Amino acid sequence: MLATDTLTLGYDGPNILDQLSITLPAGQITALIGPNGCGKSTLLRGLARLIKPKHGAVVLDGHDVQRIPTRQLATQLGILPQNPVAPEGLTVRELVAQGRYPHQRWFQQWSAADEQAVRSALEITNMVELADRAVDALSGGQRQRAWIAMTLAQETDIILLDEPTTFLDLAHQVEVLQLLEQLNRQSGRTIVMVVHDLNHATRHADHVIALRAGVVQAAGSPREVITPSLLRAVFGIEAEVIPDPRSGVPLCIPYGLCAAEPTDTLYADAVGSRA
Amino acid sequence: MKTFPWITIRPKHVRFSLRIDRRLPRVGLLVGLLVLAIMIINMGVGEYKISPLDVVKTLLGMETGDPQHVLIVRTLRLPRMLLSALVGLALGTSGALLQGLTRNPLADPSIMGINTGAGLVAVVLTILVRDFPARWIPVAAFAGALVAAGLMYVLAWRKGGDSPMRLILIGVGLSAVGSAVTTLVITIGNIYDVQRAMIWLTGSVYGRSWADFWAFAPWVAIAVPLAWFQARQLNSLHLGEDVALGLGVSVGRQRAWILLIAVALAGASVAVAGVISFVGLIAPHVARRLVGTDHTGLVPTAGMLGALLLVAADWIGRTIAAPNEIPCGLVTAVIGVPFFLTMLYQHAKTK
Repeated sequence: MLATDTLTLGYDGPNILDQLSITLPAGQITALIGPNGCGKSTLLRGLARLIKPKHGAVVLDGHDVQRIPTRQLATQLGILPQNPVAPEGLTVRELVAQGRYPHQRWFQQWSAADEQAVRSALEITNMVELADRAVDALSGGQRQRAWIAMTLAQETDIILLDEPTTFLDLAHQVEVLQLLEQLNRQSGRTIVMVVHDLNHATRHADHVIALRAGVVQAAGSPREVITPSLLRAVFGIEAEVIPDPRSGVPLCIPYGLCAAEPTDTLYADAVGSRA
Repeated sequence: MKTFPWITIRPKHVRFSLRIDRRLPRVGLLVGLLVLAIMIINMGVGEYKISPLDVVKTLLGMETGDPQHVLIVRTLRLPRMLLSALVGLALGTSGALLQGLTRNPLADPSIMGINTGAGLVAVVLTILVRDFPARWIPVAAFAGALVAAGLMYVLAWRKGGDSPMRLILIGVGLSAVGSAVTTLVITIGNIYDVQRAMIWLTGSVYGRSWADFWAFAPWVAIAVPLAWFQARQLNSLHLGEDVALGLGVSVGRQRAWILLIAVALAGASVAVAGVISFVGLIAPHVARRLVGTDHTGLVPTAGMLGALLLVAADWIGRTIAAPNEIPCGLVTAVIGVPFFLTMLYQHAKTK
């Protein structure tokens, strides 16, 4: 299980996240939501040890990830950063094969297990037909699938994704999200993703964590978290939340901005009134 | 389903597997034969002409009927030819590492300040510290390359993060400062010292002996295989800092290590043959056309093409204006500049 313990993250300047303690449920899809600059991408990067904590720790199964050798950690936890760029001319198959790096050594450069992992990653992501094409010649959705395949070939129990659907058209967004859902349902992988579209979060995630200014405003199932008062507090929008006609998950329909900028007091009021 | 673009050596029941680029054996054989052929021809040209057949016979220790051949081929010309091949191998390998590291196809030891650092030290010692022992100049030049690379590393990476452009700009800046100081020193030096210093600035393998060859060979024997073993790490680094970290590459340590190997190869080359530019730029670029972007194939191919380039440059330099000899560093520059400009133009067009 992945969790943070009083995690403080930041670059030069003020901290972006301060003393954050959260738990990411194992075997579930967690969506990190919040407005731009709320620290959700920073949190994801912190979880993947791409940023060193200023204080506190990211904890994986009881161990501080900073103390786990990076290559060993890479066999347990995979990360797909935002907008990765493949070198010119690199084929999908070559890219996916690179996901095997943490499983390899100088004397073990290409084992049968490596080969099998790459084949099945290509199959799951439906990239077999495109395997010999150059990544930079693919469409946005195909490219994203190729990168997800690389992360899959890493064969980690936990996969972190930073805005996996950004810059994709609607059909490709659905395709990527369904793929992630399938991975979670079929092999019980823990998936943590930063998403912008709230309705993606409600429909595909089991667990939602809402952040504003580096502070967790709510965490729980989509039904618990996505409420008009939370949307007002976190995003500053007036919205109606209705049950999705097919699945019953909350569906968010924004109507406009709140009159004033949301503040913590406003949210405290909202929570108070709900309680 | 098509298969993977590499040959796998994977004995049963042994925990061992090796991956070799599918195109590498064919390309390697072809380039190797070309290098050999040019070296044999080149050993026959010069003031004392020898037919290629006699060169081969002499090398194999057979009688040719001319007692001079043994001295000329085996003592005078062979070390020079071998040295030029090794220097080319070192420069091509170094360039492939640097281009992979910076993710920039325009990176090479001369553009990144390494050559300038070495050249500057050599010039300062020759002209300003006039009685500096000549045989220590290569060591000092090597130190100059290290210092320049260290400066690059500190300025561009310690705080700059993952920015290939930043690295190139700092390299160009450092080179400009280095060249300016070099020019300044040259203008104030006396003509005899300047002439000695100029040998450093236009790389050449003229008159190199077996002693030079044996001083240089260990660098190649150690650093080149190390470079090959860094190919997989380079592949990961090539996907960007975040992806590489996610794959379990210790990015900072790995980068410093690869940079050190690249600088050792480039620095040792400058120390033995002076500043030879563009080999480290052209060789990896042509290699990419031949074997693709995978560094397990690219790094060895770039090395072999570097050897081919320098051996050919030396041959051209020895024949084109005979009986005068043009330093091979000048030949590579003459080939390199139009190549560099074409690349820049194509790069700009695709952007």
